Amino acid sequence: MSSSRERSPGPALGRKNRRNGVLFCLPWLIGLSVFLIYPLCAAFYYSLCDYSVLLPPVFIGFDNYFDLAKDPLFWKSLKNTAYFAAGSVSLGLVVSLGLALLLNSKVKALGLYRTIFFLPSLMPVVASSILWMWMYNGQSGLINTALRVLGIQGPAWLADPAWAKPAIVLMAVWGAGNAMVVYLAGLQDVPTSLYEAAIIDGAGFFQRLIHITLPMISPVIYFNVVLGVISGFQAFTQAFIMTGSTGAPERSTLFYVLNLYNVGFQDLRMGYASALAWVLFVIILLLTWAATKLSQRFVTYDR
Amino acid sequence: MKGRPVPSVLTGVGAAALSVVVAWSLWALPGCSKSSPKQAPRHITYWEKWTGFEGEAMDAVIDDFNSREVAHAKTDPNYAPIEVEKVTISKIEQKLLIAIAGGNPPDLAGHYSFAVAAYADHGALTDLGPLLAKSGFDRSRYIDHYVELGEYRGKTWALPLVPASTALVYNKRLFKEAGLDAERPPSTIEEFDAYAEKLTRWEVTLPNGETHLESGYLPNVPTQRKRLVQAGFLPGEPSWWLYGWGDFFGGRLIDGPETISAANPANIRAFNWVASYSTKLGVDLVKRFRSGFGNSSSPKSAFLSGKVAMVLQGVWIHNYVEKYAPGLQWGAAPFPYPADHPELANTSHAEADVLMIPRGSPHPEEAFQFMQYASTQAVLEKLCLGQQKFTPLKNVSDEFWHAHPNPYIRLFRELGTSKNAVGIPQTGIWNEYKRELDNAVDLIQTLKQPPAVALSEVESKMQAALDRERKILARRAAQ
Repeated sequence: MSSSRERSPGPALGRKNRRNGVLFCLPWLIGLSVFLIYPLCAAFYYSLCDYSVLLPPVFIGFDNYFDLAKDPLFWKSLKNTAYFAAGSVSLGLVVSLGLALLLNSKVKALGLYRTIFFLPSLMPVVASSILWMWMYNGQSGLINTALRVLGIQGPAWLADPAWAKPAIVLMAVWGAGNAMVVYLAGLQDVPTSLYEAAIIDGAGFFQRLIHITLPMISPVIYFNVVLGVISGFQAFTQAFIMTGSTGAPERSTLFYVLNLYNVGFQDLRMGYASALAWVLFVIILLLTWAATKLSQRFVTYDR
Repeated sequence: MKGRPVPSVLTGVGAAALSVVVAWSLWALPGCSKSSPKQAPRHITYWEKWTGFEGEAMDAVIDDFNSREVAHAKTDPNYAPIEVEKVTISKIEQKLLIAIAGGNPPDLAGHYSFAVAAYADHGALTDLGPLLAKSGFDRSRYIDHYVELGEYRGKTWALPLVPASTALVYNKRLFKEAGLDAERPPSTIEEFDAYAEKLTRWEVTLPNGETHLESGYLPNVPTQRKRLVQAGFLPGEPSWWLYGWGDFFGGRLIDGPETISAANPANIRAFNWVASYSTKLGVDLVKRFRSGFGNSSSPKSAFLSGKVAMVLQGVWIHNYVEKYAPGLQWGAAPFPYPADHPELANTSHAEADVLMIPRGSPHPEEAFQFMQYASTQAVLEKLCLGQQKFTPLKNVSDEFWHAHPNPYIRLFRELGTSKNAVGIPQTGIWNEYKRELDNAVDLIQTLKQPPAVALSEVESKMQAALDRERKILARRAAQ
């Protein structure tokens, strides 16, 4: 009698386990469906409608998507955003990886340096945007004052269409501390035995960097790049605070999400804004997919 | 007795609480007590956008109303007093729409007149027509322009509360320094331009490194040798009405509700005039000069810091001077008109704060009673004096003029009553149109596009947007 009970838990217990499993997952499942899947589907439906939020949506088929293809602001904002994402991700990668490499060495007061470089990324974007607005002030800003000492007449950063976007990219690099910490963690995982072997073989710093460090932390780089691209395409706050909702000067800082915000929340064209949101979703999806494909060639998970 | 005894203090508190509840229910529930058959107050919520002294002026009006209601209820036991509660909301343009869309709007809202068209187009407002008719509303008590701001597509959606207008505001000290008569501001655009030249000053660096100050536009001094230290006029300061320069030349941004007229000849002329300042002063030199300015409502603003001598500003400039630049000697006059169009004298941008009842307001009747209260002369004068503006009514009491701290209040009011008082174009696509115009003015001021080209582009784009919006409205009406 007792042996048969030990042999199999029986169908009753199996059902109970399944039920408990589902119950434990339920909070997450409900959250996912209510806060993610439903809005995603609803936004897709609204993207096929005239929808001002105030009145019930009117179905119009794919008109919003056709209008979008002809909308110069859509293309302009897409170009600006791609510029920002490419600039902030590549520059951010170099700076945060460089900092991580430096901070991975054995110097005095290492913890202090790490804290200092990490601090800016703790600052809310709104606060740092306002701070950088002062720094970028063409006449009395810190940056131009410093440049004047070097004998350089700096540009009117945020008022100059040629400099406004680079200025916002530079500001994004300032917040590279998050990525730096992730790189640091990755660097500390690289087995020292590999370096020791390489040193015995006579490899210099750059050889070690290219043949050991980068391959070993490639999953971390991949992770940071994907996250960077996603957040780069969602850039909004900096431009909204620093250059206003028109994306002045001359729309050089009109980012994709800023345009979406204008269309949706200022003009109440929620249907069109939903179409914009879906296109952005697909773009980010494609970029992530492309990064994954690329990573299969360059990222090493084997240790 | 099982368990621990209840401390006597707690029983005491419990008994006291119970007696309070009983007393309250006897007092508050109608029919429970014969001695005080009072009605429960009718509570209404009012969303306000102003904080600071403007908000306090509104508080005083609401307090008066609430105590008047309580007094009424005392004399008439069957009357349920209305109780207005003010809630201050930032970014009211968006939050109010979200609240209306969510089916949970306030009973009454204080908004800006420029929002009326878009709100009405989207069905966000209660048509005040029936309520006004029932109350015997006398439209002729109001200054025409301001009451029209609340009317759109043949219906009344909002009533003006606190109006405003704009005028030429100038720095008397800088006038005197430039040898100009501070009591005789320019009246035509041509005169204005001559004044602006005299009021413009540069720091010029000589080849030997010495610097000195010089007035005028100095076309012969190379750019690297001069730095702007004071401008007579910059069309971009303040940047609130960049779209509106056409008004002073007789241009209009819409021609009826269905036609965008951004590129009409008067507008092109106006923006050629705007561009002429960029040519005269130099785009980069102006950019550098302006980048040192603070926000228009701060001590570092172009006008308050004495960097720009003449600006287009609103009736609130008095408060700004008091707060940020006390002692600044300023004067105001109607903004100049082109000499060949004397009929355009007294042109002014005239907008108003308005009261509106959102669609779905739980108590529209009660909200309207407060609106009615806030449309009487005494109440409007109290409110508008508190906010240091003028009233939207034709009749003004002597006390109001005497008590008003702004020395130019009569001028600002006169501009509001002028036949050339212009409001923001009543079109549902105004937000989009304004962004497009702001961008065009940016291109015009940096001399990247000639005004005729920039404005034609705006016109064709916005006509398409207006047609699109009309199509949407038609489609909705067909459903």
